[in-house]
Amino acid sequence: MRPRDFTFGENGDPLVLDSGKVLSPVTVRYETYGTLNPRGTNAILLLHAFSGDAHAAGRHRPDQAQPGWWDAMVGPGKPFDTNKYFIICSNVLGGCQGTTGPSSTNPATGRPYGLSFPVITIGDMVKVQVRLLDHLGISRLLAVAGGSMGGMQALEWATAHPDRVASALVLACTARLTAQGIAFNAVGRNAITSDPLWKGGDYYGGPVPARGLAIARMIGHITYLSEESMHRKFGRRLQQKEQYGFDFTDQFQVESYLEHQGDKFVERFDANSYIYISKAMDYFDLGEKHGSLNAAFRRTSAKFLLVSFSSDWLYPPAQLKEMAFSLMREGKDVSYAELTCPYGHDSFLIETERQGRLISSFLETVYGS
Amino acid sequence: MAPDARGGLFDTIAGFVEPGSTVLDLGCGEGDLLEHLIRTKNVRGRGVDLSEEMILTCVSKGLSVYQGDLNEGLQDYSTAGFDYAILSRTLQVVQDPVALLREMIRVGKKVVVNFPNFGYLPVRLNLLFRGRMPVTRSLPYQWHDTPNIHLCTRKDFLVLCRDMGIRILKETALRGGGVRCGFCANALANEVCFLLEGSS
Repeated sequence: MRPRDFTFGENGDPLVLDSGKVLSPVTVRYETYGTLNPRGTNAILLLHAFSGDAHAAGRHRPDQAQPGWWDAMVGPGKPFDTNKYFIICSNVLGGCQGTTGPSSTNPATGRPYGLSFPVITIGDMVKVQVRLLDHLGISRLLAVAGGSMGGMQALEWATAHPDRVASALVLACTARLTAQGIAFNAVGRNAITSDPLWKGGDYYGGPVPARGLAIARMIGHITYLSEESMHRKFGRRLQQKEQYGFDFTDQFQVESYLEHQGDKFVERFDANSYIYISKAMDYFDLGEKHGSLNAAFRRTSAKFLLVSFSSDWLYPPAQLKEMAFSLMREGKDVSYAELTCPYGHDSFLIETERQGRLISSFLETVYGS
Repeated sequence: MAPDARGGLFDTIAGFVEPGSTVLDLGCGEGDLLEHLIRTKNVRGRGVDLSEEMILTCVSKGLSVYQGDLNEGLQDYSTAGFDYAILSRTLQVVQDPVALLREMIRVGKKVVVNFPNFGYLPVRLNLLFRGRMPVTRSLPYQWHDTPNIHLCTRKDFLVLCRDMGIRILKETALRGGGVRCGFCANALANEVCFLLEGSS
């Protein structure tokens, strides 16, 4: 799981983006877990969500506070069993955790791209992953798997490269964001661009628009939870007080939690990456790209597992059901499960026990066949 | 119900189904019927069940399953999307059997339905002599905890089919142990299985 970098496009063959623009060179940060079998039939590509990174599991150092983002799911004997499978996870294009993004140096100017970085799509992220797999010599994946924006990439893989994907695990996801989903992303972007320190995206080398980015994260975080999970976690309790003081030093626990999440996020995330990646999610519309959702799925040959979570109001179960029925209509092999779970959209990261059982048994049948 | 009885039922259903056809099994449980039909008739099968445990079991068998509630109807399924829509031992637990049957006739080119026959003689005798709601091998529940909210007799079902304009293409009546019952099915069959078709 040592992080590695792969760079392409330095000597021709640049990345051609959906917008028609070209980008080169492109560096992609990735980690692998387990061993590729001699026939190369056990490779699984994990696709991270909005703020994730290539570090899916384990700790790079013993003193690292948090393990990788899907540590409960990836490792020896876990659902993505590294004793059996070869797991690859890479940071997305436009990101800020090792893969080329707006904070990377523009070779033409010697300075960070900032807003001169081209607008990217989910499809562009997948194009970068395709280059990485070519580099690793993997022609066909046993599975692509991801939740939320990771699920969008899995859908893109299954529709754009049907011959390279044996199965697709799509969790807490949608074929296109709702107006409500786009609205939340827009408010997040507005929080960032309204911060005077953002300076039109040209803040590198100076103070970063920390306040704007923190507020964007707070909004995002609310959408990842549910009313019930927030109530369970915080109720109406005050932080460090028993009774109201009726001054603005009173802080409810939920406020202090959001502040903390916002501040923590600023330490590891780039504000411009937030803008580019959230916009890529807004653009994603699988049906629109192929004419209709049915037409999109008609192209696929993967076996699908779709999982929704009952309390996820950002990517509600109805949106995964719609995909399940579309796949069914096209005669594709699809299973759909709706897990009753209180944690909102974040359930796919939190509810690992039941989800894990589903995933491990699904993978076993794909690997066995 | 005893596995041997189920074997008789599975064979009956398999006998109704053309090889290589597409099948939608509503209320598929652990997917045993689907597996049987895939093995013996090489069908392309799909299951629907409400229970997460059942979905998990089916996924672990490599089956295609959809976690959903039959009481919400089949409006998302396309018309004539399957060669067969199957409702096995489930008719009596759904809230609106008539609506579901009508939808199954739309979704399946043919429909397979089976259910416990409430007109089965021991059931009748149970009620007649003991004055109690019958508890039998195929109806093993007390009246207050039974999921079977819409029990009917073989005759009741024949009347319903007539009223709904549903044609009965085949019928197999089974008695204890999954043995075929060729005589006086109204009273001697504890389970009946029909192959149906819309009247269009």
